[in-house]
Amino acid sequence: MSEPVQRRKLVAGPLSKGDKWFFRSTSIAAHFAFVLVALVLVFLLVRAWPVLQSQGLGFITGNTWSPDQKPIVLQLGPMLWGSILIAFVGILIATPMAVSMAYLIVFMLPKRLAKAFTTLVDLLAALPSVVIGLWGLLVFTPLAASWAEVLNKYLGWIPIFGVSNAENGFMSSPFIAGWIVAVMIVPIITSVTREIFSQLDKDLINGALALGGSRLSTFRKVILPTSSGGVVGGVLLGLGRAVGETVAIFYVLNLTMDINWAQLLEPHGGAVASWILARFGEASGTEKQGLMAAGLVLFVITLIINYLANFIVNRAQPWRKN
Amino acid sequence: MTNLITSSSLRAENVSVWFGERQVLKDVNLVFPANQVTALIGPSGCGKSTFLRTLNRMHELIPGAGLAGAVYLDEQDIYSEAMDAVSVRIKVGMVFQKPNPFPTMSIKENILSGLKLSGRKIKDADQLVETSLRRASIWNEVKDRLSDQAISLSGGQQQRLCIARSLAMDPEVLLMDEPCSALDPGSTRRIEETISELAESMSIVIVTHNMQQAQRVSDQTAFFLAEEGMPGGVVEFGSTEQVFNGPIDQRTNDYVNGHFG
Repeated sequence: MSEPVQRRKLVAGPLSKGDKWFFRSTSIAAHFAFVLVALVLVFLLVRAWPVLQSQGLGFITGNTWSPDQKPIVLQLGPMLWGSILIAFVGILIATPMAVSMAYLIVFMLPKRLAKAFTTLVDLLAALPSVVIGLWGLLVFTPLAASWAEVLNKYLGWIPIFGVSNAENGFMSSPFIAGWIVAVMIVPIITSVTREIFSQLDKDLINGALALGGSRLSTFRKVILPTSSGGVVGGVLLGLGRAVGETVAIFYVLNLTMDINWAQLLEPHGGAVASWILARFGEASGTEKQGLMAAGLVLFVITLIINYLANFIVNRAQPWRKN
Repeated sequence: MTNLITSSSLRAENVSVWFGERQVLKDVNLVFPANQVTALIGPSGCGKSTFLRTLNRMHELIPGAGLAGAVYLDEQDIYSEAMDAVSVRIKVGMVFQKPNPFPTMSIKENILSGLKLSGRKIKDADQLVETSLRRASIWNEVKDRLSDQAISLSGGQQQRLCIARSLAMDPEVLLMDEPCSALDPGSTRRIEETISELAESMSIVIVTHNMQQAQRVSDQTAFFLAEEGMPGGVVEFGSTEQVFNGPIDQRTNDYVNGHFG
């Protein structure tokens, strides 16, 4: 037997003094992000803990929010469900729009127009939430309410389009809030999908066309399946934003603790973030802690969604590994 | 099985090609008879791949693409109003330089993908899959794992799968754009064997940079050349034997003997 070969230690360290400082400052900056997230989490946890302890599971399942009651009852159920419902509606509306837009930009438009379109969509992402909220309230709500009325008239027999009393009008509903959320998340889904589409191997598309595929069949059978992981990831990133959306929904939705399970056109609903905004100004003491707890719940949900998004984007495309 | 002579001839008449304002091909006249393998050779940038793409109307997918002249398949102009691109591409199959199996599909699904993409009915799927894979000489290697992902195959196998995928459409002409340039010598040899077998039932047009390959697989050869600042064109066209061993044009002689390009 020969002796094992002595291996030498290889270190890919900094190459100069300047390098050393560069390494250090970047690693501090990188860690800072972690520290910040952790600090926010700790802060929320400390502040929210008493309420979470006293309210128990009821905090997320119950539907009573009465800070003046003794003992105090703070339950978030309708808001939490409302957030999910609105996010779902938003995604249902936004995804087809965003995917079509991305397809148009990547595969159909001449370069210059595609660039202009991309800028336009990105600009939509830069619009402040409050501007979209005000636009939603003053311009879009009356319009969407008329759509809702038509939907209710013809499809009212489907439970989700039914309302308890049409006299109440069709404003301030999860339907409208969903549209507003859609407007806000279209840019992010579009830009992720656009990126995925443009990274697609052009030879796959040419291969499909050379086999006698039409634009539609190539899109459905090759482009979409090949990029589905990325698209789903983009949708989840959008969802992360939709769930946390505060101000815009605050303007267009009638927040009530009377839970609205799935009657999209009914003029009331819930959204955690908007609820925090609505209550925080006049809240004090325990209720404030309750709102912190609501924030914590929102934070955790967003973290989970983002994690899922990353997981799916990486997992759904095994052929991308090499 | 398919030793029937079903192929027909393809003919390019005065084909000129533009990208925007720039003309890249001028007056190409070539005939691709049934059961013959035609090699298109020439230095990079002479327009031979571009020409290949005019034969199944893939050329028109490039923005700004222009064309003059005509391409006849069964005496029908494939660019005429009466023909649509899809039916042309069904009759004139294409194999690309880089193997491009659909990554989300299994081996079997890849074979059937053309039928699905073009919206045609699949009668006997299993039989069609087997026949196509056999014709591309890859059946024995994959018959036990038809539901595996196509990308689990090696590069050479993937390319033969792509050939099989085109064959499933039962094309009259098969266009091959440097099908072996990304493959190792062993895979290259197997594909060349396949080409010779396939020529019994169809017309094959192959673009290649490999002079030996052109001599091994083709019956006739067209030499493309683009002079400095000029559109490309065919310098010489004839039997492979003649083009390589007794070229008429001096430029052809220089090229096939490796003096330039």
